[in-house]
Amino acid sequence: MNESAGGILDVVVGLAYLVAASLFIVGLKRLSSPRTARRGNLLGAIGMLIAIVATLLNQEIVSFTWIVAGILIGSAIGLWLAKNVKMTSMPQMVALLNGFGGGASQLVAGDEYLRYAAGTISPSLDVQTTIMLSVIIGAITFSGSIIAFAKLQEWVSGKTVVLPGQRFWAFAMFMVMLGIGGWLVIQPADMTLYIALNAIALVMGIFFVMPIGGADMPVVISLLNSYSGLAAAMTGFVLKNNGLIISGALVGASGIILTKIMCDAMNRSLPNVLFGAFAGKTMGGGGPAASAEGKTYRSVGPQDAALLLAYARKVIFVPGYGLAVSQAQHQVREIGEMLQARGIDVSYAIHPVAGRMPGHMNVLLAEANVPYPQLIEMDQINQDFEHTDVAVVIGANDVVNPAARHDKSSPIYGMPILDVDKARTVVVLKRSMATGFAGIDNELFYDEKTRMLFGDARKSLLAVIQELKNV
Amino acid sequence: MEGLLVSLYVFVLAIFVGFEVISKVPQMLHTPLMSGSNAISGITIVGAVVVAGRVESPVSTVLAVVAVAFAMINVVGGFMVTDRMLQMFKARGDTSK
Repeated sequence: MNESAGGILDVVVGLAYLVAASLFIVGLKRLSSPRTARRGNLLGAIGMLIAIVATLLNQEIVSFTWIVAGILIGSAIGLWLAKNVKMTSMPQMVALLNGFGGGASQLVAGDEYLRYAAGTISPSLDVQTTIMLSVIIGAITFSGSIIAFAKLQEWVSGKTVVLPGQRFWAFAMFMVMLGIGGWLVIQPADMTLYIALNAIALVMGIFFVMPIGGADMPVVISLLNSYSGLAAAMTGFVLKNNGLIISGALVGASGIILTKIMCDAMNRSLPNVLFGAFAGKTMGGGGPAASAEGKTYRSVGPQDAALLLAYARKVIFVPGYGLAVSQAQHQVREIGEMLQARGIDVSYAIHPVAGRMPGHMNVLLAEANVPYPQLIEMDQINQDFEHTDVAVVIGANDVVNPAARHDKSSPIYGMPILDVDKARTVVVLKRSMATGFAGIDNELFYDEKTRMLFGDARKSLLAVIQELKNV
Repeated sequence: MEGLLVSLYVFVLAIFVGFEVISKVPQMLHTPLMSGSNAISGITIVGAVVVAGRVESPVSTVLAVVAVAFAMINVVGGFMVTDRMLQMFKARGDTSK
């Protein structure tokens, strides 16, 4: 009797996971339109709640004390983070959350390992294999995400940091990691080796993200996002839980797609991003930028910039990471509204890799209340530049560099760019003539129709707003 | 071994479902997609809860509780922050100015 009741319970729990996984799929599907996205996210959350409640019915659970403690602590921290994070810090936030997901997978696998190492149950080969995979992927996700977070938060240099013997050590560690992992599958009871495996995987994660410069962050964050899903799926294999496997696979797929979109938007392959084609050039400092000497640029004050805008018919704003750094999104929106009130056509051109994560600029401008139909993707807006009177580039650099179209010697040659240089006049807001993250000089800045408005973007825009009021 | 095969089938098919469902998300929603899918990867909470519920050794319990907390940060933080972002996406700016 008791046994059959347990059997029925198992079926109920299993079905609950199926419902949860279905809700995740429907939720993700609804994320594809701004009108349904919010409800889609809610469906995902409901799915998660169902999965958690179902899990609490699990027969293996003896004590709830520690579960409740963990849930309360985690929820409080998660809630605090979600309420307090600034929209400009969203890339860091996503990186950090990714790291926690990966870390959790690593720890769950570790706990399973302890059980088998204690010898109470003898593990099968496949469980042992997936435990090792869980640990490796989870640990790389954890430490890699923490480094990505630290870079975005500027706790460590956001630039390319090449550690001595980088490639050799990364390769050596990778091989050792596979070796130990393989050995532990056959001989699981070696605790020292297990700890070593964890440590090496954590160092691997650090090695993997440290060399990656700020402009390549969108790729890395997408990839880590994918890893956190794969780690969860591996945990699903360990625990023989198909609900976990489905959910993890969905996230893995989502991350892979975003990674591919980001790579395509830079016209670079994934290995090229990860193993740093820009590395040598960035470190050199002098390099291509030296050719800038002798070229002239034209600077402009806020007053003239305001006049240019006020008498335009069509204006396109092109935001980049500099907009996020100086938190100028509200000022941009204000200028946009002032121009619209004058009957000027205003839109925003968004490059897929502008900022530090996929969709970064859209979130910032949405926060500033820019209506989303005005935010236009690269492919749709590029033909509009030639009919545009003023293109305003705010803290963007490499994504508007015309060299990507014609200069075969340029490191960014072939990267799809916003054709800002086709506008009649270009106003570039920039702190100084320094080169962008890729360390490449930008010929747009020396174009005779370009006007440079130097200074912090936010302060410059505030000055332009003042001037616009007087025009 | 048969169970493993079934799980492998599920895994591969789910990846294809993921590709189909997600390839249609517009660039505008890439960040919410990431943070939202990120929250879903917090499904590890299910595994964490199971291991935290067993009473085995103190080391195991500590690992498990940290795992539950980590996964919960991922879940709660992920869904909440995604919601916060999505409520900002409006077809018309409606600041009362």
